[in-house]
Amino acid sequence: MAKLGKSIGFNSVVLGLFALITAAVLASTYLGTKDRIAAAQREVAKRALLEIVPLDRHTNDLLLDTVPIPANYWHTLGIDDDGGEVNIARQGDEPVAVIIPAVAPDGYNGDINLIIGINIDGSLAGVRVVSHHETPGLGDKIDLKKSNWIVGFNGKSLTNPAPELWKVKKDKGAFDQFTGATITPRAVVQQVYKTLKYYNEDRARLLKAARQRPTIHHQASEENDHG
Amino acid sequence: MADISYREIAHNGLWKNNPALVQLLGLCPLLAVTGSVVNALGLGLATMLVLTASNTAISMIRNHVSEAVKIPAFVMIIASFTTCTELLMQAFTYELYTILGIFIPLIVTNCIILGRAEAFACKNKVAASALDGFMMGSGFGLVLLLIGTIREILGNGTLFANMHLLFGPMAEHWTLHLFGEGYGFLIAVLPPGAFLVAGMLIALKNIIDKRIETRRAAKQAPVTSGSKRVRTTGAIS
Repeated sequence: MAKLGKSIGFNSVVLGLFALITAAVLASTYLGTKDRIAAAQREVAKRALLEIVPLDRHTNDLLLDTVPIPANYWHTLGIDDDGGEVNIARQGDEPVAVIIPAVAPDGYNGDINLIIGINIDGSLAGVRVVSHHETPGLGDKIDLKKSNWIVGFNGKSLTNPAPELWKVKKDKGAFDQFTGATITPRAVVQQVYKTLKYYNEDRARLLKAARQRPTIHHQASEENDHG
Repeated sequence: MADISYREIAHNGLWKNNPALVQLLGLCPLLAVTGSVVNALGLGLATMLVLTASNTAISMIRNHVSEAVKIPAFVMIIASFTTCTELLMQAFTYELYTILGIFIPLIVTNCIILGRAEAFACKNKVAASALDGFMMGSGFGLVLLLIGTIREILGNGTLFANMHLLFGPMAEHWTLHLFGEGYGFLIAVLPPGAFLVAGMLIALKNIIDKRIETRRAAKQAPVTSGSKRVRTTGAIS
C-alpha cells in the first residue's frame, strides 16, 4: 500500500513538472509572438476596410475610429453573439462613410461574414466578404478574388433598385445569381439590404456619436505601432 | 531496435512506411487542406515541425517517466509544440493560418505524432528519434504537396497560386496559369477529388513496389530455380 502511495506521489510530481515546463514554453512563445499577431490581425482588417473606403476618401484612422452598435440591432445584422462596431471614415472631422460588419447566416454552408460600407447619403460604398465556407467553384464567386460580382453593389441604395427588387434575378429581383448557385448570392443580397435598413434607422444616432468623438488621425496610430 | 541505421529511418519515413500512403494516418487533414500547393505546403511544414520537435523531446525524457504517466506526458509535449507552431504561424503567416483554420490545432490529434512517439521515440536515442520525426514528417508533407499539386492543376488550372501567403510579397507573381483563365474542374477541388487523388497515389506506390519486387525476384530466379519455398519476406508494421 505504501508502495502504491509512493508511486502515485512520484508520478504526480513528474506530471506536475511537465505541466510547469510546457506552460513555461507556451507562455514565452505567447509573449514573444503576441505583438506580431496583433499587428498581423490589424493589417488584414485594415486592408479590407481600405478596399471599401480608399485612402483618398478619408483622412482618419479607420480601424480605431469606431462607434458601438446597439444590442437591439445585433440580430438584424446577424452578429447576435459578439456584437460589433461601426468604423467611421472621415474627411477632416466630418464623417463621409461608415463600415458596418454583418453576417449572412443563411449561406449554403453557414455564415458568410461581410463588411458593408455605406456613404453618408445612404448609397453603398462597397461590400466585401471577409470569410465564408461556400462551395469552391460555385458559391465562392462572392469573393472578389474569384469574380467581381460583389462590386455590383457599389452605388446601390434602399431606393435604387426599389425595395421589391432587392432580390436575385431568379426571385424576380435586380441582382445576378451565378450559374449553379442561387442560395449564396440570395443570402448576401438579403443581408446587404437589411444592413442598409439598419443604417437608415440608426443613422442619426451613429453620426451624432461619431461627431462627438475626437477624430483619430493616421499619425496617431503609427506612433502606436512603434510603441 | 537500437541499431536501426539512419538510412533505414529515412527510407522508412519517405517510402516503405510512409505515414500517408502506407500507414494511412492523418488522412483527415491530408484530404481537407490539399486543394492547393500553398495550403498543402503550410500544413505539411507545420506537421513536420511538430513531429520532429516532439520526437526529439520525447526521446530526451524517455528514461525519466514511468510507464504509468508516459502517455499523458507525451500528449502534453505534443500539445504544447502544436500550440507554439500555431502561435508562430499566426505571427508570421496570418492569412495562411486563417485558411488552414482548425487543422493547425488539430495536429495534436494527428495519429502519426503520438504513433511515432510510442513506436520510435520512446525506445531510441535522441538523434535517431529526431531524424525519424523529420523523415516521417517529410514523407507526410511530400504526399500532401503531391496531392495539393495534382488537385490545384486539375481543379483550378494553376500552380503555385497565393504562394505569397507563405513566402511574402516576392511570391506574388509565382502563379502559373496552365490552361488559361477561367478553367475549372470542380470535382478535383471538392473533397471527393482528394479521395480520388489519394487513392491513385496509393495504387501507384503499390504498382512501383510490385515492379521492384518482381525485378528483384527475376534476378534471383536463376539461383533459386526449382525451389518451391513460400516467400516470407515483406515487413508487417
